[in-house]
Amino acid sequence: MGHRVLIVEDSPTMRQLVAFALRAIPDLQITEAVDGLDGLKKAQAGNFDLAIVDINMPLMDGLKLIGILRQDPKNQRIPIVIISTEGGVETKRRAEALGVNAYITKPILSGLVYKTVKALLEGEEAGGGEK
Amino acid sequence: MTKDINELFTKGKDFLDIYSKVAEFSKELMEENRKLQGRINELIARREAMLASGGDEQESGLMRRLEELKKEKQEILNHYRQVEEENKDFLHRYMEIETENNNLANLYVASYQLHSTLDLKEVLEIITEIIINLIGAHAFGILMLNEKRAVLEPVKAEGIPIEALPTVRIGEGIIGKVAKDGETYYRDPADKPLPTDYSHPLVCLPLKIKEETIGVIVVYKLLAQKAKLVKVDYDLFNLLAAHAATAIFSAKLYGDSVRKQATIKGFLDLLTH
Repeated sequence: MGHRVLIVEDSPTMRQLVAFALRAIPDLQITEAVDGLDGLKKAQAGNFDLAIVDINMPLMDGLKLIGILRQDPKNQRIPIVIISTEGGVETKRRAEALGVNAYITKPILSGLVYKTVKALLEGEEAGGGEK
Repeated sequence: MTKDINELFTKGKDFLDIYSKVAEFSKELMEENRKLQGRINELIARREAMLASGGDEQESGLMRRLEELKKEKQEILNHYRQVEEENKDFLHRYMEIETENNNLANLYVASYQLHSTLDLKEVLEIITEIIINLIGAHAFGILMLNEKRAVLEPVKAEGIPIEALPTVRIGEGIIGKVAKDGETYYRDPADKPLPTDYSHPLVCLPLKIKEETIGVIVVYKLLAQKAKLVKVDYDLFNLLAAHAATAIFSAKLYGDSVRKQATIKGFLDLLTH
Protein backbone atom coordinates (compact mmCIF):
# COMPACT_ATOMS: atom_id res chain seq x y z
CA MET A 1 0.00 0.00 0.00
CA GLY A 2 1.32 3.44 -0.95
CA HIS A 3 2.00 6.41 1.26
CA ARG A 4 -0.55 9.16 1.87
CA VAL A 5 0.55 12.76 1.75
CA LEU A 6 -1.43 15.86 2.67
CA ILE A 7 -0.54 19.11 0.89
CA VAL A 8 -1.85 22.19 2.72
CA GLU A 9 -1.28 25.18 0.45
CA ASP A 10 -3.57 28.02 -0.64
CA SER A 11 -1.86 28.52 -4.00
CA PRO A 12 -3.17 26.14 -6.70
CA THR A 13 0.06 26.68 -8.65
CA MET A 14 2.16 25.50 -5.70
CA ARG A 15 -0.14 22.55 -5.00
CA GLN A 16 0.20 21.43 -8.59
CA LEU A 17 3.97 21.94 -8.59
CA VAL A 18 4.44 19.95 -5.37
CA ALA A 19 2.16 17.17 -6.60
CA PHE A 20 4.06 17.20 -9.90
CA ALA A 21 7.38 16.95 -8.05
CA LEU A 22 6.17 13.93 -6.08
CA ARG A 23 4.69 12.06 -9.03
CA ALA A 24 7.74 9.78 -9.27
CA ILE A 25 7.12 8.26 -5.82
CA PRO A 26 5.24 5.02 -6.52
CA ASP A 27 1.67 4.58 -5.26
CA LEU A 28 1.63 7.97 -3.57
CA GLN A 29 -1.84 9.22 -2.68
CA ILE A 30 -2.05 12.99 -2.47
CA THR A 31 -4.80 14.93 -0.72
CA GLU A 32 -4.90 18.69 -1.20
CA ALA A 33 -6.17 21.25 1.31
CA VAL A 34 -6.73 24.88 0.26
CA ASP A 35 -6.08 26.59 3.62
CA GLY A 36 -5.08 25.87 7.21
CA LEU A 37 -8.59 25.05 8.42
CA ASP A 38 -9.24 22.73 5.49
CA GLY A 39 -5.87 21.13 6.23
CA LEU A 40 -6.80 20.56 9.87
CA LYS A 41 -10.14 18.96 8.95
CA LYS A 42 -8.50 16.67 6.40
CA ALA A 43 -5.63 15.76 8.73
CA GLN A 44 -8.07 14.84 11.50
CA ALA A 45 -10.31 12.86 9.16
CA GLY A 46 -7.58 11.10 7.21
CA ASN A 47 -4.63 8.94 8.04
CA PHE A 48 -1.53 10.53 6.55
CA ASP A 49 2.10 9.48 6.47
CA LEU A 50 3.39 13.02 5.85
CA ALA A 51 2.13 16.60 5.59
CA ILE A 52 3.48 19.45 3.49
CA VAL A 53 2.38 22.78 4.91
CA ASP A 54 2.66 26.39 3.77
CA ILE A 55 2.90 29.10 6.45
CA ASN A 56 1.00 32.10 5.07
CA MET A 57 -2.53 30.87 4.45
CA PRO A 58 -6.03 32.25 4.98
CA LEU A 59 -8.24 31.16 7.91
CA MET A 60 -5.41 29.44 9.77
CA ASP A 61 -1.68 29.87 9.24
CA GLY A 62 0.63 26.91 8.83
CA LEU A 63 2.45 27.23 12.16
CA LYS A 64 -0.86 27.25 14.07
CA LEU A 65 -2.01 24.21 12.13
CA ILE A 66 1.24 22.37 12.94
CA GLY A 67 0.88 23.32 16.62
CA ILE A 68 -2.60 21.74 16.70
CA LEU A 69 -1.44 18.65 14.79
CA ARG A 70 1.41 18.13 17.27
CA GLN A 71 -1.14 18.08 20.12
CA ASP A 72 -3.29 15.54 18.28
CA PRO A 73 -2.30 11.96 19.26
CA LYS A 74 -3.11 10.78 15.74
CA ASN A 75 -0.89 13.32 13.99
CA GLN A 76 1.73 14.21 16.58
CA ARG A 77 4.38 11.97 15.04
CA ILE A 78 3.81 12.44 11.30
CA PRO A 79 6.71 14.05 9.44
CA ILE A 80 5.93 17.64 8.46
CA VAL A 81 7.63 19.62 5.71
CA ILE A 82 7.16 23.38 5.54
CA ILE A 83 7.33 25.05 2.13
CA SER A 84 7.17 28.82 2.55
CA THR A 85 8.27 32.20 1.29
CA GLU A 86 9.21 32.96 4.93
CA GLY A 87 12.97 32.53 5.09
CA GLY A 88 13.58 34.34 8.39
CA VAL A 89 15.58 32.72 11.18
CA GLU A 90 12.87 33.36 13.77
CA THR A 91 10.17 31.61 11.73
CA LYS A 92 12.49 28.67 11.13
CA ARG A 93 13.22 28.51 14.87
CA ARG A 94 9.48 28.47 15.65
CA ALA A 95 8.98 25.71 13.10
CA GLU A 96 11.81 23.69 14.61
CA ALA A 97 10.32 24.11 18.08
CA LEU A 98 7.07 22.66 16.74
CA GLY A 99 8.91 19.56 15.54
CA VAL A 100 8.93 20.32 11.82
CA ASN A 101 11.11 17.78 10.02
CA ALA A 102 12.18 19.88 7.01
CA TYR A 103 11.92 23.50 5.96
CA ILE A 104 12.07 24.47 2.29
CA THR A 105 11.94 28.10 1.20
CA LYS A 106 10.28 29.30 -2.00
CA PRO A 107 10.99 29.43 -4.86
CA ILE A 108 11.26 25.67 -4.67
CA LEU A 109 13.21 23.15 -6.71
CA SER A 110 10.95 20.18 -7.44
CA GLY A 111 13.96 17.83 -7.15
CA LEU A 112 14.61 19.01 -3.60
CA VAL A 113 10.95 18.53 -2.62
CA TYR A 114 11.02 15.01 -4.08
CA LYS A 115 14.23 14.02 -2.25
CA THR A 116 13.09 15.50 1.07
CA VAL A 117 9.66 13.84 1.03
CA LYS A 118 11.04 10.51 -0.20
CA ALA A 119 13.67 10.43 2.55
CA LEU A 120 11.09 11.19 5.25
CA LEU A 121 8.65 8.58 3.94
CA GLU A 122 11.46 6.03 4.03
CA GLY A 123 12.13 6.95 7.64
CA GLU A 124 15.37 8.74 7.00
CA GLU A 125 16.49 12.16 8.10
CA ALA A 126 15.40 14.87 5.65
CA GLY A 127 18.80 15.17 4.02
CA GLY A 128 17.50 17.17 1.09
CA GLY A 129 15.63 19.79 3.06
CA GLU A 130 17.09 22.89 4.63
CA LYS A 131 16.69 21.61 8.18
CA MET B 1 100.72 -17.10 57.64
CA THR B 2 101.44 -20.21 55.55
CA LYS B 3 97.71 -20.76 55.33
CA ASP B 4 97.19 -17.28 53.84
CA ILE B 5 99.92 -17.83 51.27
CA ASN B 6 98.32 -21.12 50.24
CA GLU B 7 94.88 -19.43 49.78
CA LEU B 8 96.43 -16.68 47.74
CA PHE B 9 98.19 -19.19 45.58
CA THR B 10 94.96 -21.15 45.05
CA LYS B 11 93.09 -17.93 44.01
CA GLY B 12 95.91 -17.02 41.62
CA LYS B 13 95.68 -20.45 40.05
CA ASP B 14 91.91 -20.12 39.66
CA PHE B 15 92.34 -16.71 38.04
CA LEU B 16 94.95 -18.14 35.67
CA ASP B 17 92.51 -20.91 34.69
CA ILE B 18 89.72 -18.41 33.95
CA TYR B 19 92.09 -16.22 31.97
CA SER B 20 93.20 -19.24 29.90
CA LYS B 21 89.58 -20.13 29.21
CA VAL B 22 88.74 -16.56 28.13
CA ALA B 23 91.75 -16.46 25.89
CA GLU B 24 90.74 -19.77 24.34
CA PHE B 25 87.14 -18.56 23.83
CA SER B 26 88.33 -15.32 22.24
CA LYS B 27 90.49 -17.31 19.90
CA GLU B 28 87.49 -19.45 18.93
CA LEU B 29 85.39 -16.33 18.32
CA MET B 30 88.09 -14.81 16.15
CA GLU B 31 88.25 -18.03 14.14
CA GLU B 32 84.44 -18.08 13.75
CA ASN B 33 84.41 -14.44 12.71
CA ARG B 34 87.06 -15.11 10.09
CA LYS B 35 85.02 -18.01 8.71
CA LEU B 36 81.84 -15.91 8.53
CA GLN B 37 83.66 -13.07 6.82
CA GLY B 38 84.91 -15.56 4.25
CA ARG B 39 81.37 -16.86 3.73
CA ILE B 40 80.02 -13.31 3.25
CA ASN B 41 82.70 -12.51 0.70
CA GLU B 42 81.93 -15.76 -1.09
CA LEU B 43 78.18 -14.90 -1.23
CA ILE B 44 78.82 -11.35 -2.46
CA ALA B 45 81.06 -12.65 -5.18
CA ARG B 46 78.45 -15.23 -6.17
CA ARG B 47 75.67 -12.63 -6.30
CA GLU B 48 77.74 -10.26 -8.39
CA ALA B 49 78.58 -13.06 -10.76
CA MET B 50 74.87 -13.96 -11.06
CA LEU B 51 73.85 -10.37 -11.67
CA ALA B 52 76.59 -10.01 -14.30
CA SER B 53 75.37 -13.13 -16.14
CA GLY B 54 71.67 -12.02 -15.91
CA GLY B 55 70.73 -14.27 -13.00
CA ASP B 56 69.52 -17.76 -13.17
CA GLU B 57 66.37 -18.83 -14.96
CA GLN B 58 64.07 -18.60 -11.93
CA GLU B 59 65.20 -15.13 -10.96
CA SER B 60 64.77 -13.74 -14.48
CA GLY B 61 61.28 -15.27 -14.55
CA LEU B 62 60.44 -13.52 -11.33
CA MET B 63 61.83 -10.26 -12.65
CA ARG B 64 59.67 -10.54 -15.77
CA ARG B 65 56.61 -11.27 -13.66
CA LEU B 66 57.41 -8.26 -11.50
CA GLU B 67 57.61 -6.05 -14.59
CA GLU B 68 54.30 -7.46 -15.86
CA LEU B 69 52.63 -6.78 -12.53
CA LYS B 70 53.97 -3.23 -12.48
CA LYS B 71 52.56 -2.66 -15.97
CA GLU B 72 49.24 -4.21 -14.99
CA LYS B 73 49.09 -2.01 -11.89
CA GLN B 74 49.69 1.07 -14.03
CA GLU B 75 46.95 0.00 -16.46
CA ILE B 76 44.51 -0.51 -13.57
CA LEU B 77 45.41 2.90 -12.17
CA ASN B 78 44.89 4.50 -15.58
CA HIS B 79 41.54 2.74 -15.95
CA TYR B 80 40.54 3.83 -12.42
CA ARG B 81 41.38 7.45 -13.25
CA GLN B 82 39.41 7.19 -16.48
CA VAL B 83 36.37 5.76 -14.62
CA GLU B 84 36.75 8.49 -12.00
CA GLU B 85 36.66 11.14 -14.75
CA GLU B 86 33.63 9.45 -16.32
CA ASN B 87 31.91 9.44 -12.92
CA LYS B 88 32.55 13.16 -12.56
CA ASP B 89 31.16 13.67 -16.02
CA PHE B 90 28.06 11.58 -15.21
CA LEU B 91 27.54 13.49 -11.96
CA HIS B 92 27.81 16.77 -13.83
CA ARG B 93 25.33 15.57 -16.45
CA TYR B 94 23.01 14.23 -13.74
CA MET B 95 23.00 17.63 -12.04
CA GLU B 96 22.35 19.34 -15.36
CA ILE B 97 19.43 17.00 -16.06
CA GLU B 98 18.05 17.56 -12.55
CA THR B 99 18.22 21.33 -13.03
CA GLU B 100 16.56 20.96 -16.40
CA ASN B 101 13.83 18.79 -14.82
CA ASN B 102 13.25 21.41 -12.11
CA ASN B 103 12.98 24.10 -14.76
CA LEU B 104 10.65 22.06 -16.95
CA ALA B 105 8.41 21.29 -13.96
CA ASN B 106 8.14 25.02 -13.18
CA LEU B 107 7.47 25.93 -16.81
CA TYR B 108 4.91 23.15 -17.22
CA VAL B 109 2.99 24.15 -14.09
CA ALA B 110 3.15 27.86 -14.93
CA SER B 111 1.88 27.26 -18.45
CA TYR B 112 -0.83 24.85 -17.26
CA GLN B 113 -2.09 27.25 -14.60
CA LEU B 114 -2.09 30.31 -16.87
CA HIS B 115 -4.50 28.66 -19.27
CA SER B 116 -6.65 26.96 -16.64
CA THR B 117 -9.22 29.77 -16.38
CA LEU B 118 -10.95 32.48 -18.41
CA ASP B 119 -11.67 34.66 -15.42
CA LEU B 120 -9.49 37.81 -15.56
CA LYS B 121 -9.24 38.10 -11.78
CA GLU B 122 -8.12 34.49 -11.50
CA VAL B 123 -5.60 34.92 -14.33
CA LEU B 124 -4.06 37.91 -12.51
CA GLU B 125 -3.99 35.84 -9.31
CA ILE B 126 -2.20 32.99 -11.09
CA ILE B 127 0.38 35.39 -12.57
CA THR B 128 0.93 36.72 -9.05
CA GLU B 129 1.37 33.18 -7.68
CA ILE B 130 3.87 32.32 -10.39
CA ILE B 131 5.93 35.43 -9.70
CA ILE B 132 5.94 34.80 -5.93
CA ASN B 133 6.27 31.03 -5.79
CA LEU B 134 8.22 30.11 -8.89
CA ILE B 135 10.38 33.19 -9.43
CA GLY B 136 10.66 34.33 -5.81
CA ALA B 137 9.70 37.99 -6.09
CA HIS B 138 8.66 39.90 -2.99
CA ALA B 139 7.39 43.23 -4.38
CA PHE B 140 5.95 43.60 -7.86
CA GLY B 141 3.00 44.86 -9.87
CA ILE B 142 1.07 44.31 -13.10
CA LEU B 143 0.27 47.32 -15.27
CA MET B 144 -2.18 47.05 -18.19
CA LEU B 145 -2.39 49.27 -21.24
CA ASN B 146 -5.25 51.73 -21.39
CA GLU B 147 -5.38 52.24 -25.16
CA LYS B 148 -7.64 55.28 -25.01
CA ARG B 149 -5.29 57.20 -22.71
CA ALA B 150 -2.08 55.55 -24.03
CA VAL B 151 -0.92 54.86 -20.49
CA LEU B 152 -0.09 51.81 -18.39
CA GLU B 153 -2.33 51.55 -15.33
CA PRO B 154 -1.68 49.35 -12.28
CA VAL B 155 -4.17 46.50 -11.94
CA LYS B 156 -2.44 44.27 -9.40
CA ALA B 157 0.27 44.72 -6.77
CA GLU B 158 1.97 42.38 -4.33
CA GLY B 159 4.25 43.39 -1.48
CA ILE B 160 3.49 47.07 -2.14
CA PRO B 161 0.26 49.07 -2.04
CA ILE B 162 -1.31 49.33 -5.51
CA GLU B 163 -1.72 53.10 -5.01
CA ALA B 164 2.07 53.39 -4.83
CA LEU B 165 2.46 52.10 -8.39
CA PRO B 166 2.74 54.80 -11.05
CA THR B 167 0.55 55.30 -14.08
CA VAL B 168 3.08 55.43 -16.88
CA ARG B 169 2.89 57.05 -20.32
CA ILE B 170 4.05 54.87 -23.22
CA GLY B 171 7.69 55.62 -23.98
CA GLU B 172 8.27 57.40 -20.66
CA GLY B 173 11.01 56.16 -18.31
CA ILE B 174 12.13 52.53 -18.01
CA ILE B 175 8.60 51.11 -17.80
CA GLY B 176 7.18 53.22 -20.62
CA LYS B 177 10.17 52.40 -22.84
CA VAL B 178 9.70 48.64 -22.23
CA ALA B 179 6.04 48.97 -23.23
CA LYS B 180 7.02 50.91 -26.36
CA ASP B 181 9.97 48.74 -27.49
CA GLY B 182 8.71 45.39 -26.24
CA GLU B 183 12.16 44.52 -24.85
CA THR B 184 12.49 43.11 -21.33
CA TYR B 185 14.53 45.22 -18.89
CA TYR B 186 16.71 43.46 -16.31
CA ARG B 187 18.91 44.95 -13.63
CA ASP B 188 21.22 42.80 -11.52
CA PRO B 189 20.17 43.07 -7.83
CA ALA B 190 23.89 43.22 -6.99
CA ASP B 191 24.35 46.33 -9.13
CA LYS B 192 24.55 49.81 -7.64
CA PRO B 193 21.07 50.50 -6.25
CA LEU B 194 18.95 52.96 -8.16
CA PRO B 195 16.58 55.44 -6.44
CA THR B 196 13.98 53.55 -4.42
CA ASP B 197 10.96 54.76 -6.33
CA TYR B 198 8.61 52.68 -8.42
CA SER B 199 9.86 53.97 -11.76
CA HIS B 200 13.15 52.04 -11.35
CA PRO B 201 12.24 48.34 -11.26
CA LEU B 202 14.57 45.36 -11.04
CA VAL B 203 12.76 43.71 -13.94
CA CYS B 204 10.23 45.12 -16.36
CA LEU B 205 8.62 42.56 -18.61
CA PRO B 206 6.37 43.40 -21.54
CA LEU B 207 3.22 41.28 -21.90
CA LYS B 208 3.09 40.78 -25.64
CA ILE B 209 0.76 39.26 -28.17
CA LYS B 210 2.90 38.98 -31.25
CA GLU B 211 4.41 42.48 -31.46
CA GLU B 212 1.71 44.26 -29.52
CA THR B 213 2.34 45.04 -25.85
CA ILE B 214 -0.82 44.88 -23.75
CA GLY B 215 0.79 45.48 -20.37
CA VAL B 216 3.92 45.04 -18.25
CA ILE B 217 5.02 43.20 -15.14
CA VAL B 218 7.33 45.25 -12.90
CA VAL B 219 9.41 43.52 -10.23
CA TYR B 220 10.99 45.71 -7.52
CA LYS B 221 12.31 43.29 -4.96
CA LEU B 222 13.13 39.58 -4.66
CA LEU B 223 12.52 37.41 -1.58
CA ALA B 224 15.23 37.72 1.10
CA GLN B 225 16.53 34.21 0.37
CA LYS B 226 16.72 34.88 -3.38
CA ALA B 227 19.97 36.70 -4.10
CA LYS B 228 19.69 36.88 -7.88
CA LEU B 229 17.77 35.72 -10.92
CA VAL B 230 18.82 32.41 -12.48
CA LYS B 231 18.28 30.78 -15.87
CA VAL B 232 14.85 29.35 -15.06
CA ASP B 233 13.68 32.80 -13.94
CA TYR B 234 14.50 34.25 -17.35
CA ASP B 235 12.72 31.25 -18.96
CA LEU B 236 9.71 31.90 -16.74
CA PHE B 237 9.75 35.60 -17.61
CA ASN B 238 9.83 34.69 -21.31
CA LEU B 239 6.94 32.29 -20.77
CA LEU B 240 5.00 34.93 -18.85
CA ALA B 241 5.68 37.55 -21.52
CA ALA B 242 3.81 35.45 -24.07
CA HIS B 243 1.43 33.16 -22.15
CA ALA B 244 0.33 35.64 -19.49
CA ALA B 245 -0.48 38.12 -22.24
CA THR B 246 -2.63 35.64 -24.17
CA ALA B 247 -4.26 34.42 -20.94
CA ILE B 248 -5.17 38.02 -19.95
CA PHE B 249 -6.30 38.83 -23.48
CA SER B 250 -8.46 35.67 -23.70
CA ALA B 251 -9.98 36.32 -20.27
CA LYS B 252 -10.80 39.93 -21.26
CA LEU B 253 -12.38 38.78 -24.55
CA TYR B 254 -14.34 36.10 -22.73
CA GLY B 255 -15.52 38.60 -20.10
CA ASP B 256 -16.58 41.01 -22.85
CA SER B 257 -18.40 38.30 -24.79
CA VAL B 258 -20.23 37.13 -21.66
CA ARG B 259 -21.31 40.70 -20.93
CA LYS B 260 -22.40 41.25 -24.55
CA GLN B 261 -24.23 37.93 -24.57
CA ALA B 262 -26.09 38.94 -21.39
CA THR B 263 -26.97 42.31 -22.95
CA ILE B 264 -28.23 40.72 -26.18
CA LYS B 265 -30.17 38.11 -24.21
CA GLY B 266 -31.77 40.85 -22.11
CA PHE B 267 -32.63 42.82 -25.24
CA LEU B 268 -34.13 39.74 -26.93
CA ASP B 269 -36.10 38.94 -23.78
CA LEU B 270 -37.42 42.49 -23.84
CA LEU B 271 -38.51 42.10 -27.48
CA THR B 272 -40.14 38.69 -27.07
CA HIS B 273 -42.03 39.39 -23.86
